[in-house]
Amino acid sequence: MKTDSAIPAPAPAASAPYRSRRVSPGSIVRYVLLTAISVVMILPFVWMLSTSLKEPSDIFVFPPKWIPSPIRWANYSEVLDAIPFGRFYWNSVYIAALVTIGTVLFASLSGYAFARIPFVGRNAVFLLLLSTMMIPHEATSIPMFLFMRELNFLNTHVPLIIVPIFGAGGVFGIFVMRQFFLTLPKELEEAAMIDGCSRVGIYGRIMLPLAGPAIATLTIFTFLTCWNEFYDPLIFLNDRNLMTIPLGLSLFTDEAGTAWHHLMAASVMATLPLLIVFFFAQKQFIAGVAMTGLKD
Amino acid sequence: MSRSERKLRRSPLAREANITGWLFVSPMVLGFVCFLLFPMLMAFYMSLNDWPLLGSVEFSGLDNYKNALSDSAFWKVLGNTFYFSAGLVPLNIILALLLALLLSRSLPLMGLFRTAIFTPVITSLIVWSIVWKYMLATDMGFVNQMLNLLGIEGPAWLYDPKLAMPAVIVTSVLKNVGLNMVLFIAALQQVPAHLYEAAKLDGAGRTRSFFNVTLPMITPTLFLTVIMTIIGSLKVFGQIYVMTQGGPGNSTKVLVYTIWETAFKLFDLGYASSLAFILFFIIMAFTLLQWQLRKRWVFHEN
Repeated sequence: MKTDSAIPAPAPAASAPYRSRRVSPGSIVRYVLLTAISVVMILPFVWMLSTSLKEPSDIFVFPPKWIPSPIRWANYSEVLDAIPFGRFYWNSVYIAALVTIGTVLFASLSGYAFARIPFVGRNAVFLLLLSTMMIPHEATSIPMFLFMRELNFLNTHVPLIIVPIFGAGGVFGIFVMRQFFLTLPKELEEAAMIDGCSRVGIYGRIMLPLAGPAIATLTIFTFLTCWNEFYDPLIFLNDRNLMTIPLGLSLFTDEAGTAWHHLMAASVMATLPLLIVFFFAQKQFIAGVAMTGLKD
Repeated sequence: MSRSERKLRRSPLAREANITGWLFVSPMVLGFVCFLLFPMLMAFYMSLNDWPLLGSVEFSGLDNYKNALSDSAFWKVLGNTFYFSAGLVPLNIILALLLALLLSRSLPLMGLFRTAIFTPVITSLIVWSIVWKYMLATDMGFVNQMLNLLGIEGPAWLYDPKLAMPAVIVTSVLKNVGLNMVLFIAALQQVPAHLYEAAKLDGAGRTRSFFNVTLPMITPTLFLTVIMTIIGSLKVFGQIYVMTQGGPGNSTKVLVYTIWETAFKLFDLGYASSLAFILFFIIMAFTLLQWQLRKRWVFHEN
């Protein structure tokens, strides 16, 4: 990547005509298009929120009501009575937290070693790891189901925590951390080594504190992937009290049928907290999620 | 080189590096062997067997693959999967690129638009699919209510074999277009401004400079994004599970849905593994294609 000073200029082509205050037809088209698509994107959230506060009889009235009247908060308490939503929440939070901590810890250890410690077989092992990233998860999950059954881990959270840390997500984490550590100057370590600092010390006291941005990105990527994971919980969990939010919610759709006011209340509860965090930490979120696109 | 390497290996410093190096990577490598490599080999072995969840396992060679390839239901499923990809990928890429171009100027409100378009990306696919299932409900779903306002009687989107797949495709595009858009915005910002100035001096208009400057410069990103979107689309599952369950009449039954159903509803693990490996081969083909074609475009990356 080049670092010309000219690059960050966000308006490279023909920006001059737009500098003037007069509104050009081009920019009107631009704003109309962007407004239209943004409305389409946000509309499901608005409609979800609106329906979640409606009387059941108001859901299917025509023409559609945007603002519910009267506002029916009971939809939420009814959902909380019908399904153990608090449990779903706790399960999702702690599983995603453990997976994230585990991934960051092990991936940064490996990533550092692959970037900086010249051990025998380093390149071969790294290539082997990378080459398995395209293995579809659906293939490995079938034997994994059998192993977990043998070990009596079906219907527990063990597979949901262990498998992602060491699976494709972990391998991807190693790659991200290695690429980051490669960019740090070698002189830092050399100086520390001369001062008699051990490898563990260098990793823990020098490299890791410097890896803040890479760790933040990997954390968001891992947490979000785990938070939204659906396939594994679907395979490994039966007990409703053990379910994560996406699985519990999908099961609730079978029961609620067309009780959309309940379904939308549940959806709002499932979506809102993460959405709030997103609005406050957009930059980090976008960087973290954009990594998905670069995966592989 | 080998001599100096050998010398290095014998030195205490090199020994120390070997031990710490392997110690550092050992948790990941061990986990990788147990949870990725071994399951992968095991899955391949399973695909060569008649392997019910309960009952006796019998080696059957390539029978599972032969059965799949001679089963019209399999071809229907594969066709549906490719239909989904063929619909989703161009729509997603073109829309993402268009949005990235629209957002690449620093004008007021651009950040707000970007946030709005990116919001579905961080939303759970399951929630998004539930909400859209509701919006696409036949009688008084939001979409049909809007059509009603225009005096059009809306169709039964998710219950019509002809419309279900397009409906799932469009909702999936809306869910993920923000991701590719962000990648394209980043790529557009990497295009050096002097190239546009040069094109302008040479008398190129907006369209010419898009096709002769922008497009060639972002080709590596574009290409990588296309391949990743294709691979992702071949693994479509969650939205099908929530919105259509493969119906109506198998019209949206895709490969991963079938793998899941075969393994965990019908408990035919051997056949399911063979289907998973067919998916793996298809994905590998696209990955190899990416590596091959990347070489051609490599000069753009430097």
